[in-house]
Amino acid sequence: MPNMTLTKTPMPVQDPKARGSNFLEVALGYTPEMAVEEAKRCLNCKNPKCVEGCPVNIRIPEFITRMAEGDFRGAYEIIAADNALPAVSGRVCPQETQCEQKCVRGIKGEPVAIGRLERFAADWYRENVHAMPQKPESNGKKVAVVGSGPAGLACAGELAKRGYQVTVFEALHAPGGVLVYGIPEFRLPKAIVAGEVEKLEAQGVEVMTNMVIGRVLSIDELMEQGYEAVFIGSGAGLPMFMGIPGEGLRGVYSANEYLTRANLMKAYREDSDTPVLRSKRVAVVGGGNVAMDAARCALRLGAEEVSIVYRRGEAELPARAEEIHHAKEEGIVFRLLTNPVRVLGDEEGRARAMECVRMELGEPDASGRRRPVAIPGSEFTLEADTVIMALGTSPNPLLRSTTPGLEANRRGCLVVDEETMMTTREKVYAGGDAVTGAATVILAMGAGKKAAREIHRKLSGTP
Amino acid sequence: MYEIVKKRELNPDVTLMEVAAPFVARKARAGQFIIFRVDERGERVPLTIAGYDREKGTVTIIFQKAGLSTRLLGELKEGDAILDFVGPLGKPTCTEGIKKVCVIGGGVGCAIAYPSAVAFREAGAEVTAIAGFRNKQIVILEEEFRAACGRTYIMTDDGSYGEKGLVTAKLKELLDAGETFDEVLAIGPIPMMRFVVETAKPYGVKTVVSLNPIMVDGTGMCGGCRVTVGGQVKFACVDGPDFDGSLVDFDELASRNRTYQDREREAAEGHACRLLAMGKEG
Repeated sequence: MPNMTLTKTPMPVQDPKARGSNFLEVALGYTPEMAVEEAKRCLNCKNPKCVEGCPVNIRIPEFITRMAEGDFRGAYEIIAADNALPAVSGRVCPQETQCEQKCVRGIKGEPVAIGRLERFAADWYRENVHAMPQKPESNGKKVAVVGSGPAGLACAGELAKRGYQVTVFEALHAPGGVLVYGIPEFRLPKAIVAGEVEKLEAQGVEVMTNMVIGRVLSIDELMEQGYEAVFIGSGAGLPMFMGIPGEGLRGVYSANEYLTRANLMKAYREDSDTPVLRSKRVAVVGGGNVAMDAARCALRLGAEEVSIVYRRGEAELPARAEEIHHAKEEGIVFRLLTNPVRVLGDEEGRARAMECVRMELGEPDASGRRRPVAIPGSEFTLEADTVIMALGTSPNPLLRSTTPGLEANRRGCLVVDEETMMTTREKVYAGGDAVTGAATVILAMGAGKKAAREIHRKLSGTP
Repeated sequence: MYEIVKKRELNPDVTLMEVAAPFVARKARAGQFIIFRVDERGERVPLTIAGYDREKGTVTIIFQKAGLSTRLLGELKEGDAILDFVGPLGKPTCTEGIKKVCVIGGGVGCAIAYPSAVAFREAGAEVTAIAGFRNKQIVILEEEFRAACGRTYIMTDDGSYGEKGLVTAKLKELLDAGETFDEVLAIGPIPMMRFVVETAKPYGVKTVVSLNPIMVDGTGMCGGCRVTVGGQVKFACVDGPDFDGSLVDFDELASRNRTYQDREREAAEGHACRLLAMGKEG
């Protein structure tokens, strides 16, 4: 008999007060008992809608059935067949707009907690099965992957499985891309990312850090060095600013910079040499996951008050539901329907406040969301010694500007053939945020995997 | 890991290192920079490339032991290794179309000005160098400049060596004497670069400056190095580091560079123990 409880089995979390001052993981994960209990909520639909909702089409009811039987290893293996990084996506996927949105249990009550179950399977496997994957027999062909974020890692893993000799080139000093510089430790422990990279290395993938492709080597030079195909998974790393007065003041950060200092450079630790401002009042502009991450980092770095300043309303917040919930629990103030006009500084050039205007929602815009319109005369001043701009990012122009024939669209995103993932250059493929603009980890992984299959098809001559 | 194959103290505060970094050496050009991270705890610090040997696969850096990270780097010896060394980053100095150039370096800025002077000469330009220092004790690269440039003027603030006065005094003297330049390249402290711009401007001479804002990744990702140039926001790491000096908002740059000054001061005191520990390890 299925478990007909209307709500998800709750996930244990760190106490909101305590976690406000540490960088340890917030969501603690299910126990085996909880996982089995939650797995039993799945009705094992004949025509599972959840699978359609998953960008990589994990066979969700199948893995959940195994889990309900207590076969955690079997559950993991089903997930791993379609998803290269389950411990990551179980933590950072926006399940509520993907698999869980389609779950029939969600019609009356809450959907099955697919994300939590996925995470449990991956964590259980990591903790209980220590076998490293074997290195497959080499097929003698070399492929280069540019960028070690979710797209690049997924592509590398998929190619390595098929015997390709893969070199991943990473510009920073540590592999993982946004998984290490962007997403904070308290949401995705870095040891998990490192573990995934180790698994790839065990399969023969070579990771070269400190290699900025486009500067140190061009795509053409990679081809000359014998790489038969190149996959570009360089992400969308270029931060946007609002273009309002005062953005050059000290204490105004892009979320990328703030998060990179906190996460990659570990500025929150006493023994890190990298500085980050220890602020009193922080305003984070934006409403996505990156904004939530920045706000929650600021809180943990000791800020007394942290606000999210977002020009639309609560319903329009693009962040994952769980992040918004956690942020509120931790005491982050949500200043919705509010838009910055300028940042005000002191005589030393330091940010001291932000002038904002209140907004109301008007007619829907091109994105289908109601357009926020400023209410005249509603300006007010919000005190803030640190302002973090989390307005989105666009692809870095370095590769397209140094690779002849590599075309991008007006937004700077690389143009690919949607069927083959090939760019406008023969044997050069791309996927992830470099193609879509800022999107999700799982979409990037899906794209990396698809490109790997297409590269294999091309290089092996299989139809 | 990137081995230090040669180390030389140029003056009590300024050190030269040749670092084995074959990939960087193969592509490096004057005006570009690298980012180093001395060890696992270290911050990412940009340094302009002072030279390179493509055959040996080495890159030369010259740095002033000013902050914590450069002092930690300075503690390393020949044969030691730097954990991370990434580059070449930024755009190279543009030598195109320049027939006569005046290259001006201030203090350790001379280390950056020198490879650009060489690049100009190799591109066929007639190069005049003006190198300014506080006093005789800290003069660096004099022979190198003299070998590379048609004329080299050494200036010291106190007159203890070369001619007494600021680099701008020499520039003005040359311009007043009817000297013409297609461009002035000024590299050094912000006040110096700003005064060079102001000195050259009335003569209709463009000054290019090389900026050194705070940076993390050096690839356009963090935006920490943003500078306002001609009213537009530019990232020094990918759009620069060289910019038309007359368009640069130096006040903003100087202010932003002070972001962590309190911490730097603390670090200078608090991290003394770390420096000592490193000294012992070596």
